[in-house]
Amino acid sequence: MRYLYYPGCSLEGTALEYDLSTRSVLQAVGAELLEIEDWTCCGASAAEATSDLLSLVLPARNLAIAERMVDISDLLVPCSACYLNLKKVAEKTRKDSETLQKVNAVLAEEQLQLQSRVNVRHLLDVIANDLGADKIRSLVKRPLSGLNIAPYYGCQCLRPYTVFDDPEVPHSMEPIIEATGAKVYRWNMGAKCCGASHMNTRMEVGIELVANILRGARDADAVVTVCPMCQMNLEAHQRKISAVSHEDLNTTILYLPQLLGLALGISEKKLGLNLNLSISDGFHEKLQNAA
Amino acid sequence: MKIAINLETNYEAVSDSEPLARIQEMIRPCIQCGTCTASCPNAFAMDPTPRQLWRLVLLGQKDEIFHSKTFSLCSDCYICTLRCPRGLPLTEAMDALKQIAAEENLTEYKYSTLFYKNFLSSVRRHGRVREMEFMTNYFAALKDPLAPFRFASLGMKLMAKGKVSLKWLPKARFPLEKMFQKINELEKRT
Repeated sequence: MRYLYYPGCSLEGTALEYDLSTRSVLQAVGAELLEIEDWTCCGASAAEATSDLLSLVLPARNLAIAERMVDISDLLVPCSACYLNLKKVAEKTRKDSETLQKVNAVLAEEQLQLQSRVNVRHLLDVIANDLGADKIRSLVKRPLSGLNIAPYYGCQCLRPYTVFDDPEVPHSMEPIIEATGAKVYRWNMGAKCCGASHMNTRMEVGIELVANILRGARDADAVVTVCPMCQMNLEAHQRKISAVSHEDLNTTILYLPQLLGLALGISEKKLGLNLNLSISDGFHEKLQNAA
Repeated sequence: MKIAINLETNYEAVSDSEPLARIQEMIRPCIQCGTCTASCPNAFAMDPTPRQLWRLVLLGQKDEIFHSKTFSLCSDCYICTLRCPRGLPLTEAMDALKQIAAEENLTEYKYSTLFYKNFLSSVRRHGRVREMEFMTNYFAALKDPLAPFRFASLGMKLMAKGKVSLKWLPKARFPLEKMFQKINELEKRT
């Protein structure tokens, strides 16, 4: 298993532990990652809210560099927003030569040219389908028995491109969670929106959406995520959200590869567990008991 | 605020060259079924609802559209796009409305528009976003002295974890100036 790798801006900063845990887990299962040289921002949700062309060109620059690097076609992306932006450009330019030409007219400023050969893959797709639950089960060194884990998918790895899961009732994380020895927490909030940047621009609306998700997860030991934006929204404002809703909504929020890494016996430091913003004492305790 | 939409008489012509004309083309087959509104996680905070907004777009009622919060509350979750029985690109149409608000610097939307613009200036200078620079410039642009306090506790948490840095990073690593300039040039031409 060899992949081109696009970490994206969050994974260098606020989601450092997502990068650490993704790299550690993939190394542990024998997958090789080749980071795109000099990659730049995918445009996040900002480019599409200001200019169509910019929202195509920013991801395209990275795809063009990826194509030039090596003969690997699969590009692994852990961040759901980056994944969708890169995927959208790959799909649009593959289908529409006029769009491809327009994008290339701008990329020429950097002596780059996009051919649209790259296959953009989300980390969850790679874990669920290339790696698979059976392989994970065979590599587990520390079964996470006794833990009840809520899978949270968010939006942009599921929609609008329905590549590897049901876009409304997703299940792809369930066999993976079971493979770690943990139990899957049954709920219906896994594909509901966390509000994305509302937490910055329209906090009262963001709080409402996140409160519903946290409330849904109240009886789980932890929620696992596959997107830095979801992770931040769910973990960073729990005290405020609990105060506003007059109930205790504090919950442990982990990235999926952190959970996998724990089961594979990778050290908490290598998984960046010290960097999460909401891991409860109760979770630590259960983790110790599981081992 | 309740918005009454008169479906018969409030039609306003939109010339082909206006940005709204492109959005009308995107959603022309809308049958007003309301699946978008029923699906939208943010509809509770919107006024008018997404279904009503599409009607206003087709009627060319710019005043109503650009005094509403609706499109700025779209969080790009794509559930309406997924479910629309006419297969319309509704999320992209919401984004296209955000683009008009950004292009015309409409003050009603300054909290989101300035957020996007300051994010992109950081990307333009450095290639990758630098959170501290971006948020500092965003607060300065908002001219809202209370805004930084809403983020202070999160900022402290992130700094304590070493996830954002106050350090001055002078060197722009991958400036995208040339591409940004070219895009401006092309978009003005068309």
